[in-house]
Amino acid sequence: MSDTPQPGWLVEAIKKGLLGVQEYVKLCMAAARGAFSRPFYFRDLVEQIDVIGLGSLTVVLLTGFFTGAVLALQSGMTLDQFGARPFVGRLISASMIKELGPVLTALMLAGRVGSGIAAELGSMVVTEQISALRALGTDPIRKLVVPRVLAGFIMCPILTVVANTVGMLGGWINAVTQLRVSSGVYWSSVVEGLFIQDVWMGLIKPFFLGLVIVTIGCHVGLRTSGGTQGVGRATTNAVVAASVTVLVVDFFLTRLLISILF
Amino acid sequence: MVRHVRHTIADFGLPIELVEAHAPVVLFDKVWLSFDEKVILKDVTFSVRSGHTKIFLGASGAGKSTILKLMLGLLKPDSGTVWVLGHHVESMNEDQLMGVRHHMGMVFQEGALFDSITVGENVGFKLYEETDMPLDDVRARVEEVLGFVGLDEHIDKLPSDLSGGQRRRVAIARAMVAKPKLLLYDEPTTGLDPMTALTVDTEIIKLRDLEQVTSVLVTHQLRDAFYVATQEARRTSTSEVEIVAAAEDKVEQADFVMIREGRVAFEGTAEELRRSKDPYLQKFLS
Repeated sequence: MSDTPQPGWLVEAIKKGLLGVQEYVKLCMAAARGAFSRPFYFRDLVEQIDVIGLGSLTVVLLTGFFTGAVLALQSGMTLDQFGARPFVGRLISASMIKELGPVLTALMLAGRVGSGIAAELGSMVVTEQISALRALGTDPIRKLVVPRVLAGFIMCPILTVVANTVGMLGGWINAVTQLRVSSGVYWSSVVEGLFIQDVWMGLIKPFFLGLVIVTIGCHVGLRTSGGTQGVGRATTNAVVAASVTVLVVDFFLTRLLISILF
Repeated sequence: MVRHVRHTIADFGLPIELVEAHAPVVLFDKVWLSFDEKVILKDVTFSVRSGHTKIFLGASGAGKSTILKLMLGLLKPDSGTVWVLGHHVESMNEDQLMGVRHHMGMVFQEGALFDSITVGENVGFKLYEETDMPLDDVRARVEEVLGFVGLDEHIDKLPSDLSGGQRRRVAIARAMVAKPKLLLYDEPTTGLDPMTALTVDTEIIKLRDLEQVTSVLVTHQLRDAFYVATQEARRTSTSEVEIVAAAEDKVEQADFVMIREGRVAFEGTAEELRRSKDPYLQKFLS
């Protein structure tokens, strides 16, 4: 009778996973310390705000606009069944501000910013540029991670507000041109559909989602190994991990905010 | 010139006498290091005196580059002591290590230049980022060190526009810009043609002899190792720099260490290495 096979691979996988989480938490704590102590690389923060914020503006504008537009078209047909077409503005504003604006903006940032950070830092790791930074007396966390994390934290909510605004504009254009809802009815419905708690929820969530995207990009990038192939893997992993985490964090954050705000 | 460093060695209580002439700048005492199950360094002990040259030889994977990373505090030993510039680097945290690293320079195997900034910004990185030195002074120092390695006309180019040998020389310029007391070279001539390698060797000799920098060189290129150990740089009466055969006392200031499977297999001068009857050393030198 043979012995029960030891699930060695499972133990290894769990250990690897826990080690990854531990490293991620350590990175977040080091970044938090770096954000509140000297030296602080202000020029890099401004550069990252430009890269993450302005650089993502086009994709966020397009995503927000067309999401709002298609929402108007789809919900218009459904609302017609109840004779509630004039309420299309209410549906769009509530959907965009509470959920679609923050999540879609975060997903766009995960694709654009998370991958970019992982690829950049990953390339620096495999070409020993990170070691060179440390050898030159510069802390890579303060120089590379802190500016990116702060830029993500600042710019994700701003981009979300932009996405919400153009989303409602996209909905308005479709409501007026396709659904024949008057502008006055649409905009008054938009305002009526919103409660201050909804606005808070839509504003609070992107701060956390921005942090998640950038810290995951940095974490995955800094753990890159295996040359150029490793950089490719890190880029893919960063996008997948950030996108899934955005959805998970959004769910738990929404539950928490509902229990607090409502 | 470099007086504006935010962290100074004194901030971390360096016993200054340890960096005075001929005092040990680096001291490894019974150092062991392993990654997972693989033992990389086994009971490694040696010292490097101020102004001297230590040359580590050994096959690829023997643990030579790891020794440099331990000196910089990029890795921590499992056991043993690593003293650098009077500091117990294995027990220092990253913030404390930054202070020690300000007085060290390292030339990485492939240069490890920052590819998105210019040659001038690469060379002046430490001064731009970690000191309060006026920008004009930084620019002047960058031009000075690039002139030292003969690349002053490439100051505004990107690293990708340079040849392999030029990139190594830029890496040397970057390592020396803040006037370090200790310079570490990780395979600085690997992958270069003999003529370009000779140019890099010449820069190492010039830095050691004209700037009095303690040098630690890791290589498996015997020709380069012996050249650095047996030649010296002098200024002529017209301030020209010439490379000549080193005087006997200078040759004795260059020590060779052979690393074999993580252990120190030999330590001695160039002459002692040549005369060694050890079959492994003889095979390595043949």
